[in-house]
Order: sequence, then structure tokens, then C-alpha cells
Amino acid sequence: MANTASLIICEHCDSVYHKVELAKHQKALCQRCGAVLQRYNGLNIQQRLALSVTAAVFWIFANFYPVMSISLKGLHNSATLWDSVLALSTGPITFIAGVAAISIIIAPLFQLVLLIWVLCFALASKRSPAFKTCMRWLETLRPWSMLEVCLLGAMVAVFKLAGLLDVLPGIGLIALAILSLLIIRIAGRDIRDLWDTLP
Amino acid sequence: MSEPVRAADLNLVLCHACGMACDLRGQPSHCQRCDAPLHWRKPNSLARTWAYLIAALVFYVPANLLPVMNTSLFGAGSESTIMSGVLEFWEHGAWDIALIIFIASIAVPATKFCALGLLLITVQIRSDWARQQRARLYRFVELIGYWSMLDVLVVALVAALVKFKALGDIEPRLGILFFGMVVVFTMLAAMSFDPRLIWEQEDDAGHP
Repeated sequence: MANTASLIICEHCDSVYHKVELAKHQKALCQRCGAVLQRYNGLNIQQRLALSVTAAVFWIFANFYPVMSISLKGLHNSATLWDSVLALSTGPITFIAGVAAISIIIAPLFQLVLLIWVLCFALASKRSPAFKTCMRWLETLRPWSMLEVCLLGAMVAVFKLAGLLDVLPGIGLIALAILSLLIIRIAGRDIRDLWDTLP
Repeated sequence: MSEPVRAADLNLVLCHACGMACDLRGQPSHCQRCDAPLHWRKPNSLARTWAYLIAALVFYVPANLLPVMNTSLFGAGSESTIMSGVLEFWEHGAWDIALIIFIASIAVPATKFCALGLLLITVQIRSDWARQQRARLYRFVELIGYWSMLDVLVVALVAALVKFKALGDIEPRLGILFFGMVVVFTMLAAMSFDPRLIWEQEDDAGHP
């Protein structure tokens, strides 16, 4: 069987290229359809693992501290991410609570757990147990993890309520902001490089 | 500029899960590297995309007509739909917030319907019109897809916060369910569309 490891296929138009070495800030584009084929991967395994652990800490903060709190005529109330999932789960609309729970709590959590698991073994240049399954799940989860949307949603909610009552952003909101940026950085497509670095 | 070689002509196929170029000789059904199922094109791409798209269109109607939340403050209750939420911000002078919600909740789904419909029809008539632009359009649809979840999350947060019984209470309403379904179905539609079909030519019809 011919060696195909050095080849790269454009997923948008099926063109075949040889892989290239990229320098900082460079990316390789498909000549036919203009899609990005390769992007420079600026993180080594240690750095990515360190960022994953950091993100896990921020996940805890984002989930256990209120995203924001309000006060109205001396009454106070605050809400965590889980509270907002619960708020959707009443009555006939429970299904959408499930979607929300997956997109803002469960998918990011699984991404982080899988990343830390895979990267811990990668640090010792080993493939983790169930490496293939973990890597495939990381691909599957990516489009359903919507923390950055949740972040914008929280900001819109602040403005929506600001006219009616007093709103205070909480620790959870700051953690959410950092977490969403970290996830974009560490759980992107470039984790596929692990396939090549771990024989 | 010479056209790059196509994977089909080399008997190669891309593994969608790990990005490996898999050799199709010997007819493997799974990727040698990650065990994900291999397919020449996403299975039943056009039929599935149409199905998800039409389902999303059907849900789009109640999503916009039914109220998404019910606000009662100091005893006065009001139901609001997505559009009335946008208008409320607009009238209060917060045009920037109004614009964000309008783009995320109304413009993005509408753009997705038009774009995916256009892609499906042009692929079905095997048009070679503006292929590069259509490829770019597909990537754009993929990119903007999940931002429509914005309104669902806003309603969730607001409803979780304002819980003061008689003094003030915000509850989600049925419209938000349909709206969420629109987002999920349009995302599934975009995922099941195979952009490689855009580049398919007449002579590819008989391929495996």
C-alpha cells in the first residue's frame, strides 16, 4: 500500500496536496476552493495540557459561581449556568433544556476531560487507552460546544435586564469569558496533529 | 495554473474524523488510522440536507409567531416574541443590542435557508456556476450556524434570574422550543451537506 501519510486532502473539494511545513502565522489554502488546509500549530503538548488544566479550573468557576445576580426592591437573586438550564426545563419545552445543557455545560466538560486524558499520555509519547475513540469524540463534540455564544448571550441578558432592575455580573461570567477563549484555542482542529506525533 | 489532482482520481478518500488520506484499494470500510467509517461522499447527502432544511423551515414559522417568553413585572404581564424583543431594544435606543439579536435570531437562520437551498439546487442541476463562491458560501454557513442559539441562552439566563414570584417573574414559552429546533436542524442540515458535490463533474456519475 502506498504511503499516504504525507498527503492532505481538501475536505471541501477533494483536491490532493503534499503536506508542507508552516512557519508562524502561515496557513495553507486550497488552490481550487480556497479552504484552509493547514494552519500553523503554535502549541506543543505541554503547553496544550497546561492550558487544558487551566480551562478545567475555569470550567469549575464558570459552573459553580453565579454568572450574574440581580436585585429588585431589596430582593436578590443570582443564576449559575445550571440554573439557566433548569429554567428551560419546565413544561413542554424540556427538550431545549437538554440542548442548552449539552452546548454550554456538557460538551465543554467532555472536551476538557478528553483533552486532558489524551494529552497526559501524549506527554509520555504514548497513545492513551481508547485513543481513537477519544479523538473521534473530540471531533464530534466541537460543533456542539457553544460557550462563546453563551458569553454573548450573557452580555445581551445584562443589557436586557439593566433597564428593569440592577444587574451585577458575577465571577462566573469572567470565568466563562476566559473558558470560551481557551476552548477555542485548545480544542480546535489542530489536535489532529496528535495522530502524526504519536505513532 | 494547473488544476490540483483530485482524490477520487488517485483512489483516495478523506477520513472525516482524523483527516487521513485513506487508500481505497482493497475497499476498506473504515479508516485504517482511527476506525471511523469511510465514505466516498457523505451518505444520502442531498436527501438528508433537504429533510433537515425543510424540517427547520416548518419550525421557523411557530418559532417566530409564538411568544418566546412571558414577563410579568409588578403584576403587569406581557408575552414577547423574538421580533418584539428586537423592537423593544430598538425603541429604547439600544440599536446595537437590537442589531445583535436581529442578526443572530432572524438574519442568520434566514441566510442559512437561502444559502443551503441555493447550494442544494445548484448541486442537483450539476451547475458549474461560481463554484469557488459557492464553496465559500458553504463555509460561511458552517461558521455562522450556531450563533442562532443566542436567543435560547438569553431567555434561559433571564428566566433563571428573574424569579421574584408576585413582584416579577420571567418564564420561557413554547416559541423558544421551536426556535431551538430550528437551530439544531439547520446545523444538522449544514453538517449533512457534502461540499465536494459542488465540484462534482458530469463524468463522476459512475464513481463508487
